[in-house]
Amino acid sequence: MFQLEARPQSSAFWSALTPVLAVIATMIAGGILFAILGKDPVESVRLIFVDPLLTPYNRSQLLVKAAPLILIAIGLSIGFKAGIWNIGAEGQFIMGAVAGGAVGLAVYPVDSAWVLPAMAVAGAFGGFLWAMIPALLRIKFNANEILVSLMLVYVATNFLGGMVTGPLRNPDGRGFPESRSFQDLPGTSNSEIFAGTGIHAGVLVMFAAVIVAYIMFNRHRLGFQIKLTGQSPRAARFAGVNPSVMIAVCLGISGALAGLAGLFEVTGPAGKLTTNFPVGYGFTAIIVAFLGRLNPIGILLAGIVMAITYIGGETAQFRLGVPAAAISVFQGMLLFFLLAVDLLSNYRIRWVGKERA
Amino acid sequence: MDFSSLNPIALIVSLMVAATPLVLAAIGELVVEKSGVLNLGVEGMMICGAVFGFMVSVESGNPWLGLGAAFVGGAAIALIFGILTQYLLSNQVATGLALTLFGLGFSALLGHSYTGIKPPSFPKLDIQFLADIPYVGGVLFQHDYMVYVSLLLVFAVWYFLKFTRGGLVLRAVGESHDAAHALGYKVVRIRMLAIMFGGACAGLGGAYISLIRVPQWTEGMTAGAGWIALALVVFASWKPWRVVFGAYLFGGFTIMQLNLQAVGITIPVAYLSMTPYVITIIVLVIISADRKRASANAPASLGRVFHASH
Amino acid sequence: MKLMKTLMAGAALAVGLAGAAFAEPLKIGFVYVGPVGDLGWTYQHDLGRQAVEAEFGDAVETSYVESVPEGADAERVMTQMALAGTKLIFTTSFGYMDPTINVAKKFPDVKFEHATGYKRADNVSTYSARFYEGRTVIGHIAGNMSKTGVIGYIASFPIPEVVRGINAAYLAAKAVNPDVKLKVIWVFTWFDPGKEADAANALIEQGADVIMQHTDSPAAMTIAEEKGIYAFGQASDMMQFGPNARLSSIIDDWDPYYISRVKAVLDGTWVSTDTWDGIGPGMTGIGAFSDKIPADVQASAQAIVDGLAAGTMHSFTGPINKQDGSVWLADGETADDGTLAGMSFYVEGIESELPN
Repeated sequence: MFQLEARPQSSAFWSALTPVLAVIATMIAGGILFAILGKDPVESVRLIFVDPLLTPYNRSQLLVKAAPLILIAIGLSIGFKAGIWNIGAEGQFIMGAVAGGAVGLAVYPVDSAWVLPAMAVAGAFGGFLWAMIPALLRIKFNANEILVSLMLVYVATNFLGGMVTGPLRNPDGRGFPESRSFQDLPGTSNSEIFAGTGIHAGVLVMFAAVIVAYIMFNRHRLGFQIKLTGQSPRAARFAGVNPSVMIAVCLGISGALAGLAGLFEVTGPAGKLTTNFPVGYGFTAIIVAFLGRLNPIGILLAGIVMAITYIGGETAQFRLGVPAAAISVFQGMLLFFLLAVDLLSNYRIRWVGKERA
Repeated sequence: MDFSSLNPIALIVSLMVAATPLVLAAIGELVVEKSGVLNLGVEGMMICGAVFGFMVSVESGNPWLGLGAAFVGGAAIALIFGILTQYLLSNQVATGLALTLFGLGFSALLGHSYTGIKPPSFPKLDIQFLADIPYVGGVLFQHDYMVYVSLLLVFAVWYFLKFTRGGLVLRAVGESHDAAHALGYKVVRIRMLAIMFGGACAGLGGAYISLIRVPQWTEGMTAGAGWIALALVVFASWKPWRVVFGAYLFGGFTIMQLNLQAVGITIPVAYLSMTPYVITIIVLVIISADRKRASANAPASLGRVFHASH
Repeated sequence: MKLMKTLMAGAALAVGLAGAAFAEPLKIGFVYVGPVGDLGWTYQHDLGRQAVEAEFGDAVETSYVESVPEGADAERVMTQMALAGTKLIFTTSFGYMDPTINVAKKFPDVKFEHATGYKRADNVSTYSARFYEGRTVIGHIAGNMSKTGVIGYIASFPIPEVVRGINAAYLAAKAVNPDVKLKVIWVFTWFDPGKEADAANALIEQGADVIMQHTDSPAAMTIAEEKGIYAFGQASDMMQFGPNARLSSIIDDWDPYYISRVKAVLDGTWVSTDTWDGIGPGMTGIGAFSDKIPADVQASAQAIVDGLAAGTMHSFTGPINKQDGSVWLADGETADDGTLAGMSFYVEGIESELPN
């Protein structure tokens, strides 16, 4: 009879190994899936996992695709580590893009180097405010932040729709429900920094966020307080952590980072505000956060792995005719396997001879 | 603007049809949450139920078999969640989200060759003399059978939780799994059963959309209904009859918005579509703020991992 | 710099390939905004792709990517197609406009065909169909067939293309029945069977007995069949969804256009053009008339089809006023393409207001 015994402390060895095991398991399961679909399993898995790393164009696209995921996930991990569940990052992403985009459109056609930074600040602030709603409602009324932040995603999506068909709609755009293109003016355009790669300012900010988060968790008092709150809220209170402040700080930071990601995405790769520019990064980032074990370096790697599955998936579609849905199945399986093997880092498996009396 | 073309009876009838998948999914999730488990994968279970029900329905020619397949299929999908969270002790939030992602992709994959096929039609209740009762007849007696099944299910869950011993045990597990375990109840087994029931109901809700309401199969057709169902459970303060009220309110808003447009009222559609969600937040705040009531309703162990460490 | 080298190599390869055009099949790529199984917009484009394969056999090699979101992902998919040696890319959604232009700049030797857009370049053509001509035909039929005098219209987004369709249908129906009412519901989506079904039900409850749609799924046709009223197929024929309900349909037939464009590339005669074809050239097909339509109505509808095809009839012929009462077209005057392309007003007689 196997028995699970809680480890006093997470095993570092297993924590590092489990994501690798999960990826290998997914490759095997994915290969079986493709074989059932009638596609060559080895070729498919190779196209999805290996190909994106091969060409320089693909490699830089990985960073472009991963940047918003990692940026949002860093913010989310801060909250998740403290036991504060921000599920509404998608809504904060949207509101950041709308707020920042509105600032850029309001000063149109002013073209200055200060416009994009101002938009970025506005975007971070927009996301921050949107995340403050669940924070305040939790602090004052004890309302569950999972559900409030989730509902606010739908409110934000509808708000975006209202904005692009109304106040923010491009007056020269023949009535289509979208804003002006931010790429029209250098001032509002989050264009690529290194020619031909597509790498934009958001990618650099993402790297900065990873570094800052790493330093914060390992050296700064706030990082210590966050980890403490997550493991034992009562001990944290005794250590002088104010739970309300913690909720506000965690939700605030994650909202700001999500809003920033939204702004970079809409002024860069997406190019303009439309009803369907949000593609679910806020939710995928949650998966990236878990895949990365809520650790900044882990999140960086996890984000890149996710980006590999996205880009590899597109290639597989167009080269092999693999259906788009196969990619979501892949990503879901990856997370399932990770959650399953995660057990090993928190619990030890012991063999107990016979049932105890 | 021609208000005379707004028929309140017809509105209520279509509102009930729009709300039924929500009722089904939410009542299942209510049972799961009452046992102390938060399953965010409702959307994934619903869409899988939609595709299983559709596929079996088309292949067998019998819509009832389709519904049965959705019931069983939904429970099977929920089993993945159950094993991961109850036996492998994984984080419930992450597992639920993974289930949604997986479910959406898996259903799209399975249903790929079924897009555009017309399913066998579903019989409606047709007691003619009852349906002819003015006003009430149309509302009460002309629905397809699943509307009545959903209401019966709510009644059954309400009765189970309130009056039976099984319901009491389930609630105890949800309130304090350690205490229940100490009393000798099999916490994991009870939760697994609840999770499978939740999956089965969500599957039925999804199949309702693909077999009766639309009826068609398209990937992603549940369009967020699973998330609304999650919100409904909280909106209803975990009380079964309030789930029905909440679902009808939500369904009502969606239908009203469409009808108002047809009448000729230009409403900013985006803002009207937001309203059900804003209302849910307000209700959530109200019930959470009143700490006495909230603590009497939200299962205290909701979301916490149970590990029997003897 | 690495990309420059790749591009130079790619260009050299392209020149080499062009020289060896007889040996290498022409690689053609299709970027779809929805699933090919939608039985609507994307399905019809895919039929066009299959027609190209059937016509040219081994001389071409086609591939497609479906459900590509507009924006950054579209740009990447197009770039990857171009990098893989695709020489002709069809981008089948308005929202792909900027990505198409951006990628076209980077790959001047690749030709792009963008559907329903308005930006062109030396290697970017645009094309669209005069769907509104089809609306005139079905509006005429609807005006004759509706007993309640209420026609229901499920509209997606308030863009000129959709508004044109509403106006054209209304004018044609009104010509037959001056008291006809057109009720419009905006669902703000191109494809959402649940919402389309709900909208169809709402319109039926409000008295409509003929349904028209400018959305992509067969949901409305299915509901119409269930409720025993009439509807028209949109983009595809939709006969199997409404054997009794379907009166006719507007069919997007991209086959002739796609075949001619591919031929142009193979012959080396391809230039950037803007094509806006209607019933005449066959881009807008009208589905067979159902037996439910009386013979005299079938005849008059056919006359309209023939007139539009020959150019002797125009969907928008004055006297027509705008909804606010101002004069738009004088007696006998027909609307020019420019006004039609930017149409954002209802014609007189439609009761509701255009959103924004």
